[in-house]
Amino acid sequence: MAKAKLTRFVIHLVLIVLGLGMFLPFYWMLSTAVKTPVESLRFPPTLIPEQWRFSNFIEIFREIPLHRYFLNTLFVALMVLIGVMFTSLLAAYAFARFRFWGRELVFMVFLALMMIPLPVYLVPSYMILYKLGWIDTYLALIVPWTVNIFSIFLLRQHIKTIPQDLFDAAQIDGCGSFRTLWQVVVPLSKPVLVTIAIFDIISSWNSFFWPLIVTHSESIRPLQVGLAYFSREYSTNYPLLMAASTLAVLPLIVLYFFAQKQIIQSYARAGLKE
Amino acid sequence: MRRRRLKENLGGYLYLLPALVILLAFRIIPILFSVRVSLYDWTMAGPRKFVGLGNYLQVLSDSMFWRSLLNTFWYVIFTVPIMLFLSLFIAVLLNQKIRALGLYRTIYYLPVVTSIVAVSIVWKWLYNPERGLLNYLLSLVHLGPVRWLEDPRGLISIILSPLKINLPEWLAGPSVALCAIIIMSVWKGLGYNIVIFLAGLQNIPHQYYEAAKIDGAGSFNLFRHITWPLLSPTTFYILIMSTITAFEAFAQVWIMTGPPPGGPLGTTKVVMYYFYEQSFELWRLGYGASIAFIAFIIILVLTIIQRQVLERRVQYG
Repeated sequence: MAKAKLTRFVIHLVLIVLGLGMFLPFYWMLSTAVKTPVESLRFPPTLIPEQWRFSNFIEIFREIPLHRYFLNTLFVALMVLIGVMFTSLLAAYAFARFRFWGRELVFMVFLALMMIPLPVYLVPSYMILYKLGWIDTYLALIVPWTVNIFSIFLLRQHIKTIPQDLFDAAQIDGCGSFRTLWQVVVPLSKPVLVTIAIFDIISSWNSFFWPLIVTHSESIRPLQVGLAYFSREYSTNYPLLMAASTLAVLPLIVLYFFAQKQIIQSYARAGLKE
Repeated sequence: MRRRRLKENLGGYLYLLPALVILLAFRIIPILFSVRVSLYDWTMAGPRKFVGLGNYLQVLSDSMFWRSLLNTFWYVIFTVPIMLFLSLFIAVLLNQKIRALGLYRTIYYLPVVTSIVAVSIVWKWLYNPERGLLNYLLSLVHLGPVRWLEDPRGLISIILSPLKINLPEWLAGPSVALCAIIIMSVWKGLGYNIVIFLAGLQNIPHQYYEAAKIDGAGSFNLFRHITWPLLSPTTFYILIMSTITAFEAFAQVWIMTGPPPGGPLGTTKVVMYYFYEQSFELWRLGYGASIAFIAFIIILVLTIIQRQVLERRVQYG
């Protein structure tokens, strides 16, 4: 028994030490965010701020149009989410419940596309957006991302498990295929739709590479790109940099605390589906 | 009957249409078009000239490309195994019946949901050579100061330096700066792998452990003969996924290194960054497209090799 207790103690010890290491960058971000510029540069550093300057969080909005970046990201994330939900439901429904010529082939092509990394199609995508006149507009940030093949795949697997009886019953009751989708498939797919939404919100909120390339002007710049440029221009005002970083990660951390179980389950489930 | 078939065909494609149109416009056509672009000396404004395989040959003889490939190689070689073993280790600990499990999981997972941009900015501050927290902590144990993101010396050559061995540049190992980025990337991705491993661990039936315990197996043997083999599909998945993700490292370099990014002395310029720089800063679009293809082929070959070598050892169910 004593041995079991000792083992448990050692396990906790290891987990706590590693956990402190994991949390340290967050702590340092938060504590620097409320310091004065002078205090932030002191060495040895003050581990707990001597003066708490919460006004850094307000001052940052005066230095850069952070509210604009937030709104841009929110708007784009919302539009992409709606688009992904719409296209994924329709496409997954088609793959799972319709028999059409070339269905397996098209599905294989979709899966193959998922394996091709972004750089391979980035250059011509840019040219197409340029030809369309979409560079530096919301359209370039939204439209190409309104299809997510992995979401289609997850939903298709799920819709295939819905018993045929339900579809037969709906048909006998005179439901057309669209109404069946809306009134039978959607209510039964809620957990999968939540998973898709979570992935989508997290990846929209954090996306950086694509928006960096297709946006130039500050007025449509999303949060991550705005933050990245800010970090280059104000590379020594650490309290403001940390305040901005804190604000940029805060919404997802709040989301994470509220939907922790859902998020972790979603990632675990998607990982094992492969 | 025929009419019904036709209706079903039409219906299927009608539902598929929105996804199909977008994928055609922003995936399929660009991928095909990319082949063509890579065969031209293609800039944004100026005249474009057909050069055949010229771009590819130029990439293959471009020393900066090989340098970036070498950097990526070091990055992958270090990130992937460290991440794999550390996350497996933590997942096994978290899989015990202990208190505060949720709290630990929350903390380990936190970096995964945060943005790579914000996190890179924070780590750059931690790595600050004069004022950074990490050098302060090292000074408490009489180490350092390390010049972290500014030190171009290779890790292997530093370790071997007391022996007075002069290594060729390609063997010098990842630079200290690249190691700093590697540490940060492991920290960022660890939680994701822990969660995947935990899900895999929870799929192993309890009876196996109980039966082995009755036969007198110790915890090392339990791990060696039950956990490790039965977890192999998960390990295999993590190995392939983290290799692919490691190739895509970009934001860390853009934000943490430089100016200009990729420094010091180009030791953190990874393939993804090199591609970005050639395509969207120097606007050599044809050249960029061929870099993308070559890098893609390398990833593909690596994945196939991993599959060939490892899949035979994977035990399903």
